[in-house]
Amino acid sequence: MKLGIYPGCSLTGSARDYNESVFSLAKFFDIELVEIPDWNCCGATAAHNLNKELSLSLPARILALAEKNGLDEILVPCAACYSRLVVTQHELKSNPELKNKVSGIIEMDYKGTSKIINAIEWIDKYIIPNIENKVVKPYNKNVACYYGCLLVRPNKVLNYDRVENPLTMDVVMQKIGATPIDFAFKTECCGAGLSVSRTDIVSKLSGKIIEDAEHRGAQEIIVACPMCHSNLDMRRTDINKYWNKDYKIPVLFVTQAIGLAVGLLPEQLGLQRHFVEVKI
Amino acid sequence: MSRIGVFICHCGENISATVDCTKVCEATAKLKHVAYSTEYKYMCSDPGQSLVKEAIKKYNLTGVVVSACSPRMHEPTFRKACAEAGLNPFLCEMANLREHCSWVHEKNDSTTEKAIDIVRTLVEKVKHNEALQPIYVPVTKTALVIGGGIAGIQAALDIANCGHKVIMVEKSPSIGGHMSQLSETFPTLDCSQCILTPRMVEVYQHPNITLYTYAEVEGLEGFIGNFVAKIRKKAKSIDEKLCTGCGLCTTKCPQKKIPNEFEQNMGNRPAIYVPFPQAVPNKPVIDKEHCTYYIKGKCKVCEVVCPTKAIRFDQVDEILEVPVGAVVVSTGFDIKHADFFPEYGYGAYKNVIDGLQFERLASASGPTAGEILRPSDGKKPKNIVFVACAGSRDPAKGISYCSKICCMYTAKHAMLYKHKVHDGNAHVFYMDIRSAGKNYDEFVRRAIEEDHVNYIRGRVSTIYEKDDKLIVKGVDTLLGAQQVEIEADMVVLATAGIANSGAEELAQRLHISYDSHKFFAEAHPKLKPVETNTAGIFLAGACQNPKDIPDSVSQASGAAVKVAALFSQKELKRDPLIAKVNRMGPPMFSTCVGCFMCQSVCPYNAIEREDYKTRDGKIIKTVAKINEGLCQGCGTCVSLCRSKSIDLFGYTNKQVYTEVVALLNEYL
Repeated sequence: MKLGIYPGCSLTGSARDYNESVFSLAKFFDIELVEIPDWNCCGATAAHNLNKELSLSLPARILALAEKNGLDEILVPCAACYSRLVVTQHELKSNPELKNKVSGIIEMDYKGTSKIINAIEWIDKYIIPNIENKVVKPYNKNVACYYGCLLVRPNKVLNYDRVENPLTMDVVMQKIGATPIDFAFKTECCGAGLSVSRTDIVSKLSGKIIEDAEHRGAQEIIVACPMCHSNLDMRRTDINKYWNKDYKIPVLFVTQAIGLAVGLLPEQLGLQRHFVEVKI
Repeated sequence: MSRIGVFICHCGENISATVDCTKVCEATAKLKHVAYSTEYKYMCSDPGQSLVKEAIKKYNLTGVVVSACSPRMHEPTFRKACAEAGLNPFLCEMANLREHCSWVHEKNDSTTEKAIDIVRTLVEKVKHNEALQPIYVPVTKTALVIGGGIAGIQAALDIANCGHKVIMVEKSPSIGGHMSQLSETFPTLDCSQCILTPRMVEVYQHPNITLYTYAEVEGLEGFIGNFVAKIRKKAKSIDEKLCTGCGLCTTKCPQKKIPNEFEQNMGNRPAIYVPFPQAVPNKPVIDKEHCTYYIKGKCKVCEVVCPTKAIRFDQVDEILEVPVGAVVVSTGFDIKHADFFPEYGYGAYKNVIDGLQFERLASASGPTAGEILRPSDGKKPKNIVFVACAGSRDPAKGISYCSKICCMYTAKHAMLYKHKVHDGNAHVFYMDIRSAGKNYDEFVRRAIEEDHVNYIRGRVSTIYEKDDKLIVKGVDTLLGAQQVEIEADMVVLATAGIANSGAEELAQRLHISYDSHKFFAEAHPKLKPVETNTAGIFLAGACQNPKDIPDSVSQASGAAVKVAALFSQKELKRDPLIAKVNRMGPPMFSTCVGCFMCQSVCPYNAIEREDYKTRDGKIIKTVAKINEGLCQGCGTCVSLCRSKSIDLFGYTNKQVYTEVVALLNEYL
């Protein structure tokens, strides 16, 4: 089983734990992940705020490289990268003129044939069908599945899960024995990129998410986005200071939770890198 | 030899602004057989019509071409004028210079050229027109009213009071419709039941009205004045003549946990039930889907307790075929339910209810006997939020229209709440307040000013449950888009009014048109609001679009007058523009070879078989024959006929061919 992977900047930096857990999980389930050679930045929020053509050309180059290397399906664990790649594919599909222009800019042939999947889709498609008998430590915990903004929106483009109350991650967590709680802040904003410039806003918004999850009796928050993770985990000291609370609920990537359930070691999943301690 | 008159209308400036009418007049005057050609600003006006009449007499015209608008509106006008001048009305044709030319083109020479071409083809056609005589058909003076809500009740009573027979068909076990579920009505706050139930009884007791409840219209054949309706009377499993409506069976039925539709699922009912205490007829039916006997084959408790032995488990559905002359469709509407709103919890929160559920809570005969108590725990809500425009005016949800009634009933709900919970707070989120109507705006002001309902202009983004509260997040756009968060005990969604379930299928069965939202379509949005495009079928109430009670009642009376007008005629005059299969002497009888392809395509079942026999009864030939009463003149059979044996009066093959040749000759 061979699959392309686009890590993007987060997975090589602030979300190395996510990267480690994705690769450990892939190895455990005999999935070969091939990094797209010579990949570049997806453009993130910066590009599409400044220049539309740039914001499409950057992801188009990544997709063109995948096509060139025969990678028909690409796993994009970062929700922001996933969104940029899917949006690009969608826009260029509906506008052949723009497609030709972008092909010219990147000086590569772009067809738009590679299928882009996010981490939850990947787990759902390649891991869940083979997970029976492999769960050695059933995940007996109440978990709050937090999807954030980019995994399910905009619905018209992504056409993935329910936009107001998504359930795919909840179902995946159920498969390893966890009990997903009914959670009101599943898709509320965590503060996103304001993490750097306006930590106070992130503290306010992320604090509300954590408060609701704890209030409803969740023992862990499960995420599938590096940005969400860093806001809820790395900014915890700021959040606690802002709300004058002592929230201790750990935040795990969905891949880490599954890794634990199938018996992988915390170090293989990068759990030691978290700011909020994950008690095993 | 033909002597044709051409009358060119300016239609104010509608035609003359883009078409050079004088040039058209001059060009057509030169055409062969045109005896007279003139132009006028408004040909449909009285002086315009006089112009036509005088010319017919003066020039002894044998044909008239009025070059004006679409024949849809004014063909009858001009045909009538011709008849008054002694010319057979079917020798008058209309050339459509407005919709087909001036409205769709720029002003230039080729537009005028096209106008001349249009007139020329009609001049050629009219030369081949034949004088035709109208067809007279009888009228069955019985009206069918489909749906027994307030609109159907009003229409039925009005028609019956004119002395005509009415058959009312209602699909549920009782008439009354949504109005019977309402607590009080705006803008007077009088009790809905109190004003409705006497009318329901009047329907039941009226000597001219036959009421079929628990029945549905399965089909409608025929045409105006002469329909045949197929009605399925579903088995009620009781003998209505023996049943006295004592209600003993309903109290003894062991099945008690069936969601009560009348209470909007906020209460339960047994399997043998009367929808509500004031139901008409006040006799129970057995819900076969939930009845223990029908499911498991034993029980029959109701049969045992019935003092008059009226239970009939072996009763079967009855199919009736009744002749009717006109139909009033008043099948009403439905509302979207809370599960339509993912942002408000997909209907998962017990305390997020819809407007009809609130009506039942506020109703003295409702599940809480009129006390406002929330469904989850029966506590009195101290903080209540009303969300207007839940779904309506929201193209993203597929509902672009305004449901019209929600602004008013939300104001009413908030008032009723304040009147019943004195220390409670009522908040209304709204987009705009649309309170056009007599005493309507005063009513809303009363809610705001006297009952201190807190109106917030803005929409609600999300509602979620936290402990036993509902957190309502919205925006106040009058305070500079400030975010608002309210901890509510209960939320009422004024959900969009939608077409009733099954509306599309019913429309297809009745052959009437409907819009993209499945509401039945009126024949003209302004001038024919109660007619459908199918002659003899009329609309009343919210099946056309969401309406309040006064509007429904007004429209119902309008529809009733249309029916009464139809029934005031001894027989109906129909245009003779129908198809005919040719006939000739033996041995051919007709060029028809009897393939009956026409029969398979005729949408009106108008094609019959006619046998030609020898004296001793042996069939020589079977040919097609068209029923003059049923044929609507659509012409489908003509295009299918392989031997060209069928012709359509007014549009004969010869006429159409001549038109085409006239058009082409200019360019050949």
